Amino acid sequence: MVTRVKQRMVISRLLQALPILVLATFIVFCLMQLIPGDVAVTLAGENASVERIAEIRQAYGLDQPFFVQYGQWLWQAASGDLGTALLSGEPVAQTIARTFPNTLLVAVYATLLSIVIGVPLGILAATRSGSKLDGGIMGAASLGVALPNFWFGMILVLFFALTLRWFPATGFVSPFEDFSQALWYATLPALALCTNGIAEVARQLRSSLVEIQSSQHVRTLHAKGLSPARILWLHGLKNVSVNLLTVVGLLFNKILAATVVVEAVFAIPGIGSSIVNAVLQGDFPVVQGAVLAMVVTVIVVNLLTDLLCTLLDPRINAS
Amino acid sequence: MTNLTLSEAEPLSHWEEPALPVRLLRWLRRDPRAAISLGILVIILGAALLAPWIAPYSPTDQNDELILAGPSAAHWLGTDDLGRDVLSRLIHGGANSLYAALLAVSVALAIGLPLGLIAGFTGGWVDSAISRLVDTFLSFPAIILAVAVTGAMGIGLTNAMFSVGLVFAPQIARLIRARTLVVRQELYVDAARCFGASPARLLIKHVLPNAVQPVIVQSTLLLAVALLAEASLSFLGLGVQLPEVSWGSMIARGYLYMSIVPEQMYAPGVLIMITAVAFNALGESLRSALDPTTQGHG
Repeated sequence: MVTRVKQRMVISRLLQALPILVLATFIVFCLMQLIPGDVAVTLAGENASVERIAEIRQAYGLDQPFFVQYGQWLWQAASGDLGTALLSGEPVAQTIARTFPNTLLVAVYATLLSIVIGVPLGILAATRSGSKLDGGIMGAASLGVALPNFWFGMILVLFFALTLRWFPATGFVSPFEDFSQALWYATLPALALCTNGIAEVARQLRSSLVEIQSSQHVRTLHAKGLSPARILWLHGLKNVSVNLLTVVGLLFNKILAATVVVEAVFAIPGIGSSIVNAVLQGDFPVVQGAVLAMVVTVIVVNLLTDLLCTLLDPRINAS
Repeated sequence: MTNLTLSEAEPLSHWEEPALPVRLLRWLRRDPRAAISLGILVIILGAALLAPWIAPYSPTDQNDELILAGPSAAHWLGTDDLGRDVLSRLIHGGANSLYAALLAVSVALAIGLPLGLIAGFTGGWVDSAISRLVDTFLSFPAIILAVAVTGAMGIGLTNAMFSVGLVFAPQIARLIRARTLVVRQELYVDAARCFGASPARLLIKHVLPNAVQPVIVQSTLLLAVALLAEASLSFLGLGVQLPEVSWGSMIARGYLYMSIVPEQMYAPGVLIMITAVAFNALGESLRSALDPTTQGHG
């Protein structure tokens, strides 16, 4: 049931996100200003004629004052026009539409794996806290956070693709073409990406469960004779689920960012690899557009997790 | 046992804190995790600093007759695709990787500390403005922003790690701001203000030393993240440039010859992981050592 208190919180949270969104677009716009020297000359590429540079200057509105440029860019971006790639001439919005679904598939897949593997590990470690198993799981978790995921991806390719030939080594199939094939190709990248996530989910879950288990009310429940499994489910997991939701939201954003390197290992035509290629080739409109798409996604995911937490949190009541 | 009257005993002498090295040694004896991780880091850092003297070969010396050779007495870890000694490249690469991590965290501190201190200490619209900016930067996917900033500033290790530092700075700023808000309310700060201390003196002499502890912990943890960021950016070709070498660029090189000599990519990855684990463990130990509410480590 959505109470008025919650309604008000949801609205205020939505209003809070707005300035962050606008400021984020401003920062993305400012990225272009970091390019040393004349942007028009850089955009025109090497050995460009004077006419070409002038043409670019006009096309990008670089002869306008700074804030006018920002306003124009923002207006165009809001209406879906992010400019065109310098090299391929493809509209940037189209590049994003082509590559982002691939990245999202891998990121969502990796997030789900992190939850599916991390949650049982966290529960196991918490229920046997202080045991050798707990020590082992937490030890593995500290390795998991320190594992360079692109390097782990290479090792996965070596064993599961090149040696055992269970999975394809590189490449990708668009999820819109053939979803099961796409999942097949996304499995190794998702596995490479989920190690940090598994470690993080297991750690967080363990520490919140251990904290709850040592609390007064859980001790009372034990004394009343409730079975440990029932206590864990009713009083442990339900209490930490809101907490876990926040962790998963942050995790998804981290994984989304990490795809930038893992996509390079698996040669996935995702948004991360288009950013890297664009940076290496000096194709700044693509960098700007793709980074904007990523940031907006992250802000929206943060907003959604916050809203879900507000709606689910039993502590926020009509008081 | 000697008989001392209260007046003869040195007043409060046993309350004096022992010197820093003594306290450090005591801490390391009490906390084996801290001792081991610090030991590992000292060895790795030492090897990196002494690279020109302890590396058996130059990292760029090519030997046309030993291409992608396995381990031997002359080359303990074998040679790479240009016949260069892998061990020597690891040692020299470690120097670049650690330099990169330190650079990134220093940049983060140089930007984040003053921003957070000013926001927390001044309050009002300055605080709101800085906090909004910090929140916005924190919503950027870190590594992607670093890639984009590197692209704009120019490819290369120093620019890349400057970008990573820029991306980390909001974390430091947020942390120090929260502590500053607490510390500035303390009585000793009020007392100093009453005695006419200038805001700058208050900040540097009284607020900063008392607010900096969580930042020390966070910086240690960030060194691990920065090390991984260096590896990622150099792997992508945005960090270290030829003929320089780092652990990340060694993995990138190993990637090209993965199907022929997979051994090439193991060593740098394992070293990155060990170093990152050591930074993380040291950070966690520091956290419990500096936090008065926890006893021992947990």
